[in-house]
Amino acid sequence: MSNSGDDRSEHELRVSKIHNGTVIDHINGGQALNVLAILGIDGSQGEEISVGMNVPSDRLARKDIVKVEGRELSQDEVDVLSLIAPDATINIVREYDVVEKHRVERPEVVVGVLSCPNDGCISTGDEPVDSRFEVVDDGVRCSYCGTIVREGIASLIEH
Amino acid sequence: MRHDHVITSKHLSRADVETVLDRAAEIAADPSAVADRHAGALLGLLFFEPSTRTKLSFETAMKRLGGDVVDMGSVESSSVTKGETLADTVRVIEGYTDALVLRHPKEGAATMASEFVDVPLLNAGDGAGQHPTQTLLDLYTIRENAGLDDLTIGIMGDLKYGRTVHSLAYALSNFDTRQHFISPESLQLPREVVYDLHQQQGGRTGIREHQRLEAVLGDLDVLYVTRIQRERFPDESEYRKVAGEYQIDRETLEAASDDLTVMHPLPRVDEIAPEVDDTEYAAYFEQAHNGVPVRMALLDLLLSEGGVSDE
Repeated sequence: MSNSGDDRSEHELRVSKIHNGTVIDHINGGQALNVLAILGIDGSQGEEISVGMNVPSDRLARKDIVKVEGRELSQDEVDVLSLIAPDATINIVREYDVVEKHRVERPEVVVGVLSCPNDGCISTGDEPVDSRFEVVDDGVRCSYCGTIVREGIASLIEH
Repeated sequence: MRHDHVITSKHLSRADVETVLDRAAEIAADPSAVADRHAGALLGLLFFEPSTRTKLSFETAMKRLGGDVVDMGSVESSSVTKGETLADTVRVIEGYTDALVLRHPKEGAATMASEFVDVPLLNAGDGAGQHPTQTLLDLYTIRENAGLDDLTIGIMGDLKYGRTVHSLAYALSNFDTRQHFISPESLQLPREVVYDLHQQQGGRTGIREHQRLEAVLGDLDVLYVTRIQRERFPDESEYRKVAGEYQIDRETLEAASDDLTVMHPLPRVDEIAPEVDDTEYAAYFEQAHNGVPVRMALLDLLLSEGGVSDE
């Protein structure tokens, strides 16, 4: 792992270094399982996953870390994480070295990830459409019914 | 104008509105000039909720253009009861017709349906969402009676669930208007709509919210009244108490300007007393009648430029 300037997380990361794959670091404490849910990773495909929750951190008082062996996540895949983990950093690892490091960026739209909390919205029924939310200043907005969600976005994640 | 679909008044620019209203005025002045203009064209009516005025005025409009309609009929008699999705229904009926009119209880239904069809689709109401063709006939009526610029309008009643209110407020922000919203606290405009209006208007025009009509009545050029529905309240007595404060009669209107125009999308229950009908203020029956030339204008524009009767 390259230097992060954070001795404790450096230590934590060393404990379970991965060979090839993706390390998602600086996730807000307690959101690791939501991160996996958004990414559609539940271990059922045999993926090798390590999860650290509520690890001490300098930047965030407590942070979560998720490491996925054998899979390099693309920027499009991880940008949606910005909704629940805006400070997350993405490290792409090859042969135990970090070869790319980037931040998550807020996407313009999020498709098929969140379900609309409005029971009267057409997207919540049996229609053959994915949910779609536009990312607005301080939240997300359903492209179908217009409902704006500012808080509790994690609770809308489709499982 | 987006000539393919009419889904929400948010997509209507000032130029779009003026195009439709100008065409409606031409048609109203000489309906016979368009009597055969869309002969042979078919309009599909898909009403998943009851409707009288909207459905009949679309049917009248299409027939007065020389075309005809096919009607899905009630939901109970259709394949919807067999569990067919809306996406499938519109894809099937699209193959029979040149344009579709959809009313559906779910918000966003017209947006979703429009993603599955190529013929023009007109939203005739989606849940508590939008009702843009009602808005166009409202704007036509306002323009005829008071003009659309330098307008002070009060919109009163159920602002939370009233889709005609949301559609009208968006469209009016294209013009130089001052919008006053008068309602009980529990039926105020949804925050989403307020957010949008502030975004859209960029400080150019103002919106104000009030709980009492007296606060603004004397300033208004137009008072747009909507029905407060019994089912929005936990019990009958609460409903009667609140609804009673938002009813108008001749006595209420003594404080109004002589030029005030009173509108209502209808049906009314008792929010406007029948004694108001015979006054100079009342424009709500004229408003309902305007649904025909305005929908004729819309259908004409969509069918002409959409390719059916391309000239």
